[in-house]
Amino acid sequence: MTAPLLEIRDLHLTMRSFHGEAHVLNGVELTVERGQIWGLVGESGCGKSLTGLSISRLVSTPPGRYPSGSIRLEGQELTALPPRAMQALRGKRIGMIFQDPTTNLNPTARIGTQLVDVALAAAAHDPRVLGRDRAPGPFARKAAARKVAVEMLARVGIPDPEARMLSYPHEFSGGMRQRVLIAMALIGRPELLIADEPTTALDVSVQAQILKLLKGMVSDHDIGVILITHNLGVVSETCTHVAVMYAGNVVERGPVGEVLGRPRHPYTRALMAAIPTRGTARGALKGLEGTVPDLVRPPPGCRFAPRCARATADCAAGLPAMRAAGAGHEVACLHPIEEPADA
Amino acid sequence: MPDPILQIETVSKVYPGRAGLFGRSAPVEALKGVSLSVGRGESFGLVGESGSGKTTLTRSILRLESPTSGRILFEGQDMATISPAAMRALRARIQIVFQDPYASLNPRMTIQQIICEPMVVHRATLGLSAAQRRDRAAELLTLVGLGPQHLSRHPHEFSGGQRQRIGIARALAPKPDLLLLDEPTSALDVSVQAQVLNLLIELQDRLGLTYFFISHDLAVVRYLCDRVALIHRGTLVEEGPTEAIFEAPASDYARGLIAAAPEIRLPA
Amino acid sequence: MTDVPVSAPRNEGLARMLYRFRQSRLSMIGAVMVALVLLFAVFGPVLAPYPEHVAGGVDTAARFQPPSPAHPFGTNELGQDVLSLTMAGTTVSVLAGFGVVLIGAVIGTVVGAVAGYVGGWTDEVLMRFTDLTLTIPGLILAMAIAAALGPGFQNMVLAISLSWWPGYARLVRGEVLAAREEVYVTAARATGAGPGRILFRHVLPNCVSPIIVKMSLDMGFAILTVAGLGFIGIGVRPPTPEWGTLLSNARSYMPDYWWTAMAPGAAMFVAVFGFNLLGDGLRDILDPKGRR
Repeated sequence: MTAPLLEIRDLHLTMRSFHGEAHVLNGVELTVERGQIWGLVGESGCGKSLTGLSISRLVSTPPGRYPSGSIRLEGQELTALPPRAMQALRGKRIGMIFQDPTTNLNPTARIGTQLVDVALAAAAHDPRVLGRDRAPGPFARKAAARKVAVEMLARVGIPDPEARMLSYPHEFSGGMRQRVLIAMALIGRPELLIADEPTTALDVSVQAQILKLLKGMVSDHDIGVILITHNLGVVSETCTHVAVMYAGNVVERGPVGEVLGRPRHPYTRALMAAIPTRGTARGALKGLEGTVPDLVRPPPGCRFAPRCARATADCAAGLPAMRAAGAGHEVACLHPIEEPADA
Repeated sequence: MPDPILQIETVSKVYPGRAGLFGRSAPVEALKGVSLSVGRGESFGLVGESGSGKTTLTRSILRLESPTSGRILFEGQDMATISPAAMRALRARIQIVFQDPYASLNPRMTIQQIICEPMVVHRATLGLSAAQRRDRAAELLTLVGLGPQHLSRHPHEFSGGQRQRIGIARALAPKPDLLLLDEPTSALDVSVQAQVLNLLIELQDRLGLTYFFISHDLAVVRYLCDRVALIHRGTLVEEGPTEAIFEAPASDYARGLIAAAPEIRLPA
Repeated sequence: MTDVPVSAPRNEGLARMLYRFRQSRLSMIGAVMVALVLLFAVFGPVLAPYPEHVAGGVDTAARFQPPSPAHPFGTNELGQDVLSLTMAGTTVSVLAGFGVVLIGAVIGTVVGAVAGYVGGWTDEVLMRFTDLTLTIPGLILAMAIAAALGPGFQNMVLAISLSWWPGYARLVRGEVLAAREEVYVTAARATGAGPGRILFRHVLPNCVSPIIVKMSLDMGFAILTVAGLGFIGIGVRPPTPEWGTLLSNARSYMPDYWWTAMAPGAAMFVAVFGFNLLGDGLRDILDPKGRR
């Protein structure tokens, strides 16, 4: 059996701050295979974005520090890679999309120029990006890069891509810009795409189109995706798998139907109860009491225990281990909820 | 509707084109003859995507902008024609809670100063002494679920959900009848959003407030609002009781919007 | 039903700023240098080893003595201790520099705040006037004023201030334009707050940080300008010691009696460098956006 596309093992990250050293990632474990879309969910400050940034090593150190952990891309250890090799990997094998589509495009350069640059940079590491086995002369290379850029714009659903190559970012709407960023992330043919809240700033109708596009990319190119979001509805409609994070830990993970259909961790259950749905009566919504714990002095044992109605004395003894809770479904809780969700 | 508190009658707003180096850009029609009516004590939801004109309408109700044509009536009075003194008194009765709790509180002011500000501005109408204002600020903080011990703190010491509670306390300070809620929970985590939504429901039941709730989040609107209006490119597309619109949308736009909203779908 | 309050002691904001300030070694060095300069500005005449020289006393027997333990920076053409004169001169230099920056900041803030807040024609007129003032070289204007009103401390400070405020006017106008678009300003307007309240309660307090940063960065340059006026002889009259005058005197005896220029030169270096480092440090903690 070959190594998984992405394998994160026992990843720890601390951040130096005014209050002291905060343990922001506390042994994150995640395995992503090709063809899977993993939703990474949790409240703000739970470490989902930092997990994404850690994979492509975009967390500055200091203030960050990685005491231990392993991140492997098809068996290749990324944490030990020299910065140059890592840079080559970003944009080539690992693509990234961020929340705000305005700040990630250069406002003074044409869309086409920016895409061609990305294609050429990617081709410097792998000439096959331009559809050839060998790097041709500079003019042929540029023409090929242009062709690839137009194709990619067409693929992300931008009408009249040939003409749009000449546009500047401000001539595009928010949704169109996000499509351009997706095109940019996909141009190097990444095997792993990390999308951090890619649709949060967009209208729902545009969001639906972008998510559909993302799903199409996975089935067409057999890539793996990590979709970081706070919206469980998006996860439910887009992802194949979901990992719920709380205070730097993955507390529950598995196929999306399993986890959302039979949530076992009290935190997952609480998150779902906080979302209004079709049948929620006025005033019947349940908020989650308390806040994310202080990560400089985290509670001993299970970090959710102080907010958990099911917590007992043994929850403070140590971090609960992941245990099987169904088909591919795992939960890190000593007292998982057995009864089905009251829907 | 028996007792409308807010009536919007064929309101249009046209922004003139900007004069630039190469001539004038085309004028923008932000609102095209929008009419709607909000009854006293109800929760009215206004749903629209970016560029729909919902922000312009909100600003017009607050008189931060004046409509190009049409009338906005508060308790039957045209806000454009009443005297400045009456307008000042009226401002106290319409308050707003903003979307971004991180930007809407002045970082240099204490919580007490923030909550007292509307009471200071409207001291002629409310007639509260400084000591009474302070007491009311403490009372309001308790009402929104924080304690009076926070009065001397600054906004940066609070989380997003707590700041939004402070924003709500400020809006309630001059005893308003109508509260405009401009996406008050969209910057918050779902767990905190649920708390704030429940607080809003509790406050409405206790104080008999009228809510004008602006949002793009259909699930939240459905949870909170009695009636809802959909606005798209400056035009009112559909209006009616919330359940009727969600169960049987009449317009294509409403159908598309409802279908596009992500929902947790559980396997049967 | 509420989230637990963020536990924060009262002075956390200040402590956090100090923490960030201490993270930068250069800022700390700047702070120490400025502290030294301010110490001499206040106690210089008292701490000076030869207070009688500061008061104008001469000791012709000890003219042009090179640096020695008794006179670490030597003596000048009148036998006065250069270190004592330099230490005493700190008062005038720092006071004049501070006066210039303060007057400049006050005039500039008023002009900039009115221009930015009122806008329209007022803005246009005030800013064109500001631009006009910028075209007049400060030193020439100061010389003209000195010629008209006579030299002296007050006239000098006034003269430099009159060419100093446009920088503040532009800065404050920009800050006011940005601050009036803040949501909390809209919130105050929606409440019904009047323009005075909005300007003084909401807009200006949020423009203070960049003004303070600019004042600190400007202090060094203002001290330099004051010394420049002293150097060309239209600043403070002797015998009041002043760095520019001291340097000007020393120039006649270069390079043979080089030590006469050492102490005032070094003092100016410390003052200018210190205030610049401090200003950079303050900008990092007060106004992180302004960092280039």
